[in-house]
Amino acid sequence: MSDVPATTLRRTCLYEEHLGLGARMVPFSGWEMPVQYGGIIEEHHSVRRAAGMFDVSHMGRFELLGPEAAAFLRNVCTYDMTRLAPGQGHYAVVCRQDGGIMDDVYVYCLADDRYMLVANASNADKIRDWLRQHRPRFKAEIADIHASTCMIAVQGPQALERLARVLDSEFVQSLKPRACAETEWEGKPLFASRTGYTGEDGLELVSPAQIGPRLWRALLDAGITPCGLGARDTLRLEAALLLYGNDMDETVNPFEVGLGWVVTLDDNAEFIGRAALLHDHEREPVRELVCLKAEEKGVMRGGYPILRSGQEVGKVTSGGHSPVLGVSIGMGFVPPQMAAEGTEFAVDVRGRHLPARVVRRPFYKRPKAGKESEA
Amino acid sequence: MVIPPDLRYTKEHEWVRLADGIGTVGITDYAQDQLGDIVYVSLPEAGKQLTQLAVFGEIESVKAVSELYSPVTGEVVEANQALTDSPELINDSPYEQGWLMKVRLADETEIDKLLTAEQYSDYIEREAE
Repeated sequence: MSDVPATTLRRTCLYEEHLGLGARMVPFSGWEMPVQYGGIIEEHHSVRRAAGMFDVSHMGRFELLGPEAAAFLRNVCTYDMTRLAPGQGHYAVVCRQDGGIMDDVYVYCLADDRYMLVANASNADKIRDWLRQHRPRFKAEIADIHASTCMIAVQGPQALERLARVLDSEFVQSLKPRACAETEWEGKPLFASRTGYTGEDGLELVSPAQIGPRLWRALLDAGITPCGLGARDTLRLEAALLLYGNDMDETVNPFEVGLGWVVTLDDNAEFIGRAALLHDHEREPVRELVCLKAEEKGVMRGGYPILRSGQEVGKVTSGGHSPVLGVSIGMGFVPPQMAAEGTEFAVDVRGRHLPARVVRRPFYKRPKAGKESEA
Repeated sequence: MVIPPDLRYTKEHEWVRLADGIGTVGITDYAQDQLGDIVYVSLPEAGKQLTQLAVFGEIESVKAVSELYSPVTGEVVEANQALTDSPELINDSPYEQGWLMKVRLADETEIDKLLTAEQYSDYIEREAE
């Protein structure tokens, strides 16, 4: 998107806040977004060690309303969303008829007839059109709340504690992992879910756009560090969370990238892509996404060839430097017979062969909170 | 942005400090700021012959990789080994502790082809627009 003139880029309701904090703004999926405020590594560590927050208002948000909203979602998502009770959320993908991944999404059930779907910024228009195309068969309405709302992700081991200084603390404590609920903040509705994209605990908040800047400032005052897209990418990579457009696209099926767990086939419900996915599920996969850790200094990046005995056997889909591990890490496709933990490869880093090894997913897992720390 | 007046600069954002026929080379404050957190730098071995404005190494930040261009022609005398374990020295101290290498110049008059501090300052101002 770098060739799009700056004037056509969209801005979130927090744009002025970012400028005020000295952020470096970059084009991203048609939006002008902060890539960093201070340094990426510092922001990364603030999320791993304390609490950071991200403006994720560029992500697509849709409300699905009506008596058949759940049936509609069952039809367009791979996961059986009719299983969700109010207050629950689940991850899924939206597939084409041939099983290719159109987007990965999070769906939240607010009531039996009210859901929210969050899509990637890069796919928001495509998913909106896809939802509209398939809606007429259901008693359901689609409300595009992208522009009218603000979305902020607050993540880190101290995220909940600091959020409890801004929001009602009982409300914050009531949210279990993947749960969602609504409350009020300064007299306006506020959605919160205990989800995120960093490998840390925390909440994602959706508020009306008009109170977004006030909420952002209140979170800053509670000691939460603003973090940009740079740290968001290094954090998600350490947690081995997939990025649409890098690790998956419409040529990839969910089983190849380890997302079989979000494909419900045993309910026999008809959903878009089911026949193709049933076939993909039963046949031998042709490739598998693995986690690679470099054994020497150097940085693997998306697109670099993965070599085994000098022959190219796959490509890195996402790569970079891991601030926590202090080495380069990445994900990439290899033939399934080479996907075992410990398998050695070389990544072709512009002609230099960087030794790398398959490691268990994820690269980073947050320490489990002890009972005493919950008191 | 710091641009010491006594150094000479390339349009690729390297600097060179000349003393007794030896040029100490690094990247500018502007370059390190644009790159962001530097995590790896590949440097030439001592003895390697370099050509003015030809690529001699690579520098990786969290965000991206960039090539390094030699400001001068000559032979590498020494590379900054401290950068192997602490590449962040380039961010913290681009003109002192974060130097990349020392080169014995083949032709000291080559320095005159490089930008002065004032010219470099004008150049990055234009580039930023």
